[in-house]
Amino acid sequence: MSIQIQNISKSFGNFQALDQINLDIQTGELVALLGPSGSGKTSLLRIIAGLEAANQGAILFGEEDITHISTKERKVGFVFQHYALFRHMTVFDNVAYGLKVRPRKSRPSKVEIKEKVMELLSLVKLEAFADRYPSHLSGGQRQRVALARALAVEPKVLLLDEPFGALDAKVRKDLRRWLRKLHDDYQITSIFVTHDQEEALDVADRVVVMNEGKIEQIGTPEEVYENPNSPFVYHFLGNVNLFKGRLHKGKLRHGDFEVDAPEFSGTVNTEAVGYVRPHDIGIEREASLDSVSAKINYIHLVGAIVQLELIRNDNGEYLEVEVTKEHFRNLNLKAGEEVFVKPKQLKVFIPQDYSI
Amino acid sequence: MAGNVAIQYSTSTSSQTVARNSEPRLVRWILITLALAFLGLFLVLPLVAIFIKAFDKGIAVFLEAISNPDALSAIKLTLTITLITVPLNAIFGVAAAWAVTKFNFKGKSLLITIIDLPFAVSPVIAGLVFVLLFSAHGLFGTWLIDHNIKIIFAVPGIAMATLLVTLPFVARELIPLMQTQGTTDEEASLTLGASGWKTFLLVTLPNIKWGLLYGIILCSARAIGEFGAVSVVSGHIRGMTNTMPLHIEILYNEYQFSAAFAVASLMSLFAIITLVVKNVIEWKVKKSFEPGEGVH
Repeated sequence: MSIQIQNISKSFGNFQALDQINLDIQTGELVALLGPSGSGKTSLLRIIAGLEAANQGAILFGEEDITHISTKERKVGFVFQHYALFRHMTVFDNVAYGLKVRPRKSRPSKVEIKEKVMELLSLVKLEAFADRYPSHLSGGQRQRVALARALAVEPKVLLLDEPFGALDAKVRKDLRRWLRKLHDDYQITSIFVTHDQEEALDVADRVVVMNEGKIEQIGTPEEVYENPNSPFVYHFLGNVNLFKGRLHKGKLRHGDFEVDAPEFSGTVNTEAVGYVRPHDIGIEREASLDSVSAKINYIHLVGAIVQLELIRNDNGEYLEVEVTKEHFRNLNLKAGEEVFVKPKQLKVFIPQDYSI
Repeated sequence: MAGNVAIQYSTSTSSQTVARNSEPRLVRWILITLALAFLGLFLVLPLVAIFIKAFDKGIAVFLEAISNPDALSAIKLTLTITLITVPLNAIFGVAAAWAVTKFNFKGKSLLITIIDLPFAVSPVIAGLVFVLLFSAHGLFGTWLIDHNIKIIFAVPGIAMATLLVTLPFVARELIPLMQTQGTTDEEASLTLGASGWKTFLLVTLPNIKWGLLYGIILCSARAIGEFGAVSVVSGHIRGMTNTMPLHIEILYNEYQFSAAFAVASLMSLFAIITLVVKNVIEWKVKKSFEPGEGVH
């Protein structure tokens, strides 16, 4: 089931939670809504589920306009951040709930319900826990029950609100894998909300980066990570080094050095900021025209990537650089040494009214 | 020195560690004795006195006092009033708590304040309000007489006065409970395709059942014991509009002390039973509040 979000706006009092959101989601896609708290991502998810009403705009499931259809009729599976399992029901009854509350004519028989529930419990590997109460399960197990419960009603759309937010790092990673696999097996259109960029990039087919009620960028994980279209996305997805300087006829002058910014060849004498990912900065022993000298302040050696903290000699700003271990050994770098750094890939933004 | 301290710690029992953090033993004993003496003097002693006085003139007088037609009628009326008011207030309480905790609307805090009003206002005033509205000289008096409806000095008036006085109990109990529980369980139920009514029956009601019962118990206790408001609207017609508390007062005023205390002992028994049930429920409520939703 594809989802079309057309011109959705929502405000709570004076607070504009969503501002004219447009988004198309293809059938079978797994989409992450990524943004800081207050960016409107959860509001959007709740509007799709019908738990919240939009002030304007429309939502279509396939060809059908469901804007004014109640949650009950929308056939969405919703997984809550804190699971929202029914405390007074066993795991079995929780999963069976959606089937048991159907009107008599469409309700499956007891045997069918039992079969279906046990099938789902084996899918989430909790068959042995059918008679337990939610309070006797761990967080990860509870979230799996919540997923099984949502899937029991065979939803056309699966919506997950910070599904792994309340879990510890290890369980989180396992569940992430598991969700990805589940999605690949079932091909159900899914949207999940997260503020964890790693989670979004790791799991989703497409990432929708949101900020202050607006969509900043939509793209595959590679696209949004490699080619952020705004300073916000640069900051929100991973670490970034800033080169603040003046842009003049296609060159960004910054402290002692100059880099090319060909797309701004027409710009004359403007304040601008260059954004460079830590792994897009090269370290060299020899000086060149577009490099700048810096002192190695700290070396972090754990893992396959070596993280270096450098201090620029010209303006004292800190730089974060990542190099491979191999490259690091070849250069034979040591803390306190003078080296030359050179941005390999730099994207220039002219600051507008946004603040960073 | 340091070594000594360490040894002391390693050998000290848990009770000693507790004592370290609490008041000196003497202070504790004084406080406990004071509290017990106070309770004994003002609660246990009068209660015992009621039962002693009730059986003062023998079991025959006691039985006569509580099986006397006026007494039986008072007991019946009290139970009738309780059976009318408690279910109504339970429904109102659930509805009000639901509205206050699950929805946002204008005038919400006003509603909460109004629910509390009967606690703040003297029961006598609660009774007088109905007299002003429904008595022969009241606002709707002529209309009621024209249609031959009797409210004041009759059962409807007593029920209304009791209803007003006991209004806050259930709602007050449920509002904080439902506030802590939030609305996600209900939302989960809706996304699973349940109707609003099924959600209420299968999800909300089980979540609030102990709190609701607790509110109902408190409400019943008050409905049985209410004196002031009922006294104003009842008219004290023997065998007709006397509830148990009013009946006791009349007996007492007629110097039938043993009979008065006999009925009073019956009411005390009600109260004690209520208290026991209340405690059991309190224990259950605490259990249902236990942190089952821990984060892993």
